[in-house]
Amino acid sequence: MNKIPEVNYLNADRGIKSWLFTLDHKRIGLLYLFSIMAAFLLGGVFAILIRLELLGPGKDIMEARTYNQIFTLHGAVMIFLFIIPSIPASLGNFILPQMIGAKDVAFPRLNLLSWWIYMFGAIFAVISMSAGSVDTGWTFYTPYSTTTSTSVVAMTLGIFILGFSSIFTGLNFIVTIHKMRAPGQTWFRLPLFVWGLYATAIIQVLATPVLGITVLLLILERVAGIGIFDPAMGGDPVLFQHFFWFYSHPAVYIMILPGMGIISELISTFSQKKIFGYKAIAFSSLAIAFISFLVWGHHMFVSGQSQLASAIFSFLTFLVGIPSGIKIFNWLATLYKGKIRFDTPMLYAFSFLFLFTIGGLTGMFLGTLATDVHLHDTYFVVAHFHFVMVGGTVMAFFGGLHYWWPKFWGRMYNEIWAKISIAFTFVGFNITFLSQFLLGAKGMPRRYYSYLEQFQSLHGFSSFGSWIMAVGFIIMAIYLIYAVFKGPPAGDNPWGALTFEWRTTSPPPKENFKETPTLTHGPYDYDKIIPKRTI
Amino acid sequence: MDTTETLLLPPGGSTIAGEVDALFYFIVYASIAIFGIVLFGIIYLSIKYRTEKAAVEGTTSGVSHNTRLELAWSIIPAILVIIVFIWGFNVYMKMSIVPKDAMEVKVTAQKWFWSFDYPDGINTVNELVVPLGKPVKLLMSSRDVIHSFFVPAFRIKMDVLPNRYTLTWFEATKIGRYDIMCAEFCGDRHSEMLAKVRVVSEREYKEWLESGTETAEDITPVDYGRALFRTKACYTCHNVDGTSAVGPALNGIVGKRRALVGEGEVTIDENYLRESILEPRASIAAGYQPVMPTYQGMLNDKQVDALIAYIKSLK
Repeated sequence: MNKIPEVNYLNADRGIKSWLFTLDHKRIGLLYLFSIMAAFLLGGVFAILIRLELLGPGKDIMEARTYNQIFTLHGAVMIFLFIIPSIPASLGNFILPQMIGAKDVAFPRLNLLSWWIYMFGAIFAVISMSAGSVDTGWTFYTPYSTTTSTSVVAMTLGIFILGFSSIFTGLNFIVTIHKMRAPGQTWFRLPLFVWGLYATAIIQVLATPVLGITVLLLILERVAGIGIFDPAMGGDPVLFQHFFWFYSHPAVYIMILPGMGIISELISTFSQKKIFGYKAIAFSSLAIAFISFLVWGHHMFVSGQSQLASAIFSFLTFLVGIPSGIKIFNWLATLYKGKIRFDTPMLYAFSFLFLFTIGGLTGMFLGTLATDVHLHDTYFVVAHFHFVMVGGTVMAFFGGLHYWWPKFWGRMYNEIWAKISIAFTFVGFNITFLSQFLLGAKGMPRRYYSYLEQFQSLHGFSSFGSWIMAVGFIIMAIYLIYAVFKGPPAGDNPWGALTFEWRTTSPPPKENFKETPTLTHGPYDYDKIIPKRTI
Repeated sequence: MDTTETLLLPPGGSTIAGEVDALFYFIVYASIAIFGIVLFGIIYLSIKYRTEKAAVEGTTSGVSHNTRLELAWSIIPAILVIIVFIWGFNVYMKMSIVPKDAMEVKVTAQKWFWSFDYPDGINTVNELVVPLGKPVKLLMSSRDVIHSFFVPAFRIKMDVLPNRYTLTWFEATKIGRYDIMCAEFCGDRHSEMLAKVRVVSEREYKEWLESGTETAEDITPVDYGRALFRTKACYTCHNVDGTSAVGPALNGIVGKRRALVGEGEVTIDENYLRESILEPRASIAAGYQPVMPTYQGMLNDKQVDALIAYIKSLK
């Protein structure tokens, strides 16, 4: 019978201060987890409100101005407060040092500072957005954002602050991965989740400063009246779009690369099979990170940028699609001759494969110049983005959350409720967003408070799906929280996986391992050794 | 030129629509094929290799490479995307290059309506009337924030900017009324910034022009521009008979290449003319001194439009 170790990181120190000022990467990971889940809940409530308003054309529950604020809040909260920090700062923080056999990250104090900055920036941004009724959308395009009377300055200041938390986490991970690996753990024996986090960290460190500079220029323009983006002062609004997407396109890879890393772990573990094409997956992460800096202009095919620039950006966009495709096929090939089990994390991995493939393929329509002209700024883009980000990143995040939940708490969640929950989420998601592809192709522009009659039925369908999805998430919250207190003890290695974090107790001791582990086999050597499952 | 509504796209109504739709459906079928392969792979492999026992005995195959397979799934998608890229590029060029015989309509966007100025001086709001089978060039600018001119039936969309002109064009192939929507978020009434394109026969269009009831001003942009050319004293430095004065002559220059002081050259187009009026020191024609004052604040957009229309009319 499994037992919870008497002393572990959860009870080694007591009191609220031992959490708020902890230097333990596991506790900081959990602090981040609670914070981003609060952001996810908040953003989710806004999403439901948006879908309620769009049930019918014209006014349903709110005025146009309120609606514009709500979709701005939904976008900004989900992007900056939830999905960018989601996997690296919570799961990554907790698992990365254990995966490489380290006691902690390289800079524990910087890690704590990163969370404090995140909290400060997040609260600042949310308060200024709701109190200042910002209605620019999360992209805050100029000159709309420089001429609106709402408190854009405060909101962008919040985003500026949040950027530092992201940079600090990235910097910390880069140094940790370079310097803190256990004896015997060479680069090509690192788990692929670590590779995903490494590629992500590079983008975080290199791209985030550009966002910081951009919002700073925006603030300077509004406060000091220096003409940079506003044509009334001699600026150029399209310049803002270039700056903005120079960060925000690489940022979508900040969001997806760690998710891809999780999927590699899940598929290998639950098919009990050596990962197919390890180096191809690892290098494709780096390739994606590099090319992601060169494709920002595909957001601007109809912005008035030169046709030549558009053609080059279109070509590079197709180039970045290929490494993602290679990953999909590698994961499929990993299943071949495996011993596949359908535990909940694996169901999330399958959902990821299904939804992310649709998300990737619909990206072709948008990367292609001629079809993008029709589809740009319609619901097709909204649907594509949600398939990649929710169908991709969020599915991977929840897959990882279920996978490591027993490691976090030492206790197991209820498998049946977990399967019911993912069924609701998966079905609800497809109803919500497949209908938005159709809406977009038929010409429904995004960010519309009202719409023409011909779009009524598809909008209704989409709203209906959002309720099913919400039910799935509510069920999940209940059984996961229940498991923390009442779940059966999971044991050290409930899934029979080979990476380092399963060699320590669940939950781990404060210093992660009783003694520094030595690497004796690769992370996916299921052809040599099969660890025993503890449940 | 498929004008019927299909499962995924709205009815088409322009010469370009059929070409966009063909490419769109090609990508649809290619995507379905690839998705089918992935889905089949997931289902087949997970049924074939499923394991029920909680504790699984025995190691599994260590296969982790297959050069042929890996080359295949890298190269085949690469070929596919290259085809799609080139196809998309070709159609996009057709969308971008305005036919020479196009009639020009000036589009002005502002919160939250569209106005259209015709060559004959007619002005309409929220209704663009065009003749069937004639290419129409839209020269667009905004009075406030960025808007985007979107006609789903014509498969065209172009952002409309406050500080420069943008262009798009179409040739309608079917009589009818089509939606114009603003596709770039522009504030409270963004979703109400709707208008219509009314496509009529050549004869009806002529009649409509002659009725001319919706004229905003009594003179055409060209005549207005000619008047401004005098009242704003442009004639003191610029001739219109091909001879140089303090500044270059202005007749017959549109579309020509011109060398600049320093290095480089420009094609003289609407944006260059606008820049030369509002920021005359930005690009100086080779052989001339930077002495022209800026007309920023002395001319409103409509007047700049009119001056440009006048300069373009000079042969």
